[in-house]
Amino acid sequence: MPIHEKSLIRPENLREHDKLQIDGVDVSGPWSTFIESRVVNDYNEHLEEEVAAFPGGSFIHRCWQCGACTNSCTVNAINPDFNPRYWIYLVRLGMEQELLRDKDIIWQCVSCHKCTHVCPRDVEPEGVMKALSHWLEHKGHTPKSSSQHFDEAFFEQVLETGKIEEGRLIRKFFKRTSQPLKQDWMVSMVKGLINGLPFTLLTKLGLSTLLRPKTSGWKRSKDSIQELIQMREQERKEVLQKNNTESHG
Amino acid sequence: MDKKETLRSDLKKVAYYPGCALEGTGHAYNRSTKKIGRKLGLDLVEIKNWNCCGAMEVKNIDPEIQNYLSIRNLTIAKHQMGMDVVMAPCNGCYHNLKKAEHDVTHREETRKTMRKMTERTGDAEYKAGEVETIHALDWIKHAIGENNLKKQVKKSLKGLRIANYYGCMYTRPRHIFPEKDQGPDSESTNNPHFMDDLLEAAGADIIQNFPLKTACCGGAHTLSDSDTSTRLVLNILKTAEVCGANVIATECPTCHSGLEMHQIRAEKILGIKTKPVMLYFTQLLGLALGLSARKVGIHENVSNSFPLLRKQGLI
Repeated sequence: MPIHEKSLIRPENLREHDKLQIDGVDVSGPWSTFIESRVVNDYNEHLEEEVAAFPGGSFIHRCWQCGACTNSCTVNAINPDFNPRYWIYLVRLGMEQELLRDKDIIWQCVSCHKCTHVCPRDVEPEGVMKALSHWLEHKGHTPKSSSQHFDEAFFEQVLETGKIEEGRLIRKFFKRTSQPLKQDWMVSMVKGLINGLPFTLLTKLGLSTLLRPKTSGWKRSKDSIQELIQMREQERKEVLQKNNTESHG
Repeated sequence: MDKKETLRSDLKKVAYYPGCALEGTGHAYNRSTKKIGRKLGLDLVEIKNWNCCGAMEVKNIDPEIQNYLSIRNLTIAKHQMGMDVVMAPCNGCYHNLKKAEHDVTHREETRKTMRKMTERTGDAEYKAGEVETIHALDWIKHAIGENNLKKQVKKSLKGLRIANYYGCMYTRPRHIFPEKDQGPDSESTNNPHFMDDLLEAAGADIIQNFPLKTACCGGAHTLSDSDTSTRLVLNILKTAEVCGANVIATECPTCHSGLEMHQIRAEKILGIKTKPVMLYFTQLLGLALGLSARKVGIHENVSNSFPLLRKQGLI
């Protein structure tokens, strides 16, 4: 009979000897199966604090592991490895290496807010996912995700003009992620649209790409936003630096 | 017999916050919203010199900057225009205005940051509760109501089997919508029904309790993780189709263009074709009120609904 518990153990942690005798008893194969004992010696005691320093992560300490977030999660439904509850658990324990096993999918949160909607402790898990992926990028564990590229392109345009002109944003994003703008489905979508559009609207949309819609008097807001950004970056730097000196000093 | 309704006369004239998407891909929504407003005798005054709400992106740079973007718009509506109600048809804008209102009401940290930022810009300080934010659905539902709407219908939407799709930002997270879930007359966050009510009043056959009303279309990652978005959209489209819908009614430009784009993408990349067409609820109401297809911008949609609308005698 297969041992059900085996499915709960990662294969690399299962040990089995093909040929083994102990005190004259043959314990080859499944008879000698055991689980490699696991020693965690790479705790990052400051992991929770670090993640909390990134935008969206500040309420991670409230979590009491009910699992409502994972239960409701849109991405979990299509990829069971996407498990916000578990990641929050690992961050709070400081198990960085274990967390890094899933580093390449964490950015895929689609911000549907189902988790934040159901969370009984107001952890705002959606924000925590964003903070986590920023933390991963900041620490150099992952390259900038395409989502991060998009956020940055978007923010830069808002900061610059106060408004978004979609055509310019899309071109900027595709350039940054080095994707060709001319994709099959994109072409057929644009074609379908242009056929139906009246000339006046086309001209208007074309003009807005050229002229860039702008919020007038935006400069003051821009300065104020930049000031806040600098302040936040400084605060974050202090948290990360403090932890660095504590663990190595 | 008329349904019992409480209408609000203060919604006859409201500040209008179209947002960036409604000047681009969601132009048909902008056009049809303005047109039905005029048709129903409602006055929309666009917020002067408004700015982007930050959509779903700026909060990832910093949530307080996103709040600032919304607060700036609310402040203009109140202090420069003297308006008490702001109507935002886009779910993203609506969500962000509500979120900013929530944070200013409940978080000292937000109030402090906003004070600091507005001191720097020299704008008036926004106080919690100064302006009420409503969605285009609230606007029609509470200013006109189902009974009045029914009386003004010129062409019934009968024959259109509509699945109503509300998306994420209209109802989630519950905390930022204190007026929802307050009994039978209010909107529900788990099973929203304002769009169902209005389109039903216009004569449409509604798919009752469409299960994916508030499912996610992956709008936030529509370009940065297109394959996931396509899967999520396909799920919505297929479910609507098996529920018997020939139209999916939308009330958000991001959802709408997401559904349109990934319907094409699913066909091109996965070879899966789905039939329902996408229309903004304002376009559907416009047609029911006797406006022409051009007036409500049917030609501005990517999804081609002309054959269906012609067959139903709506255009």
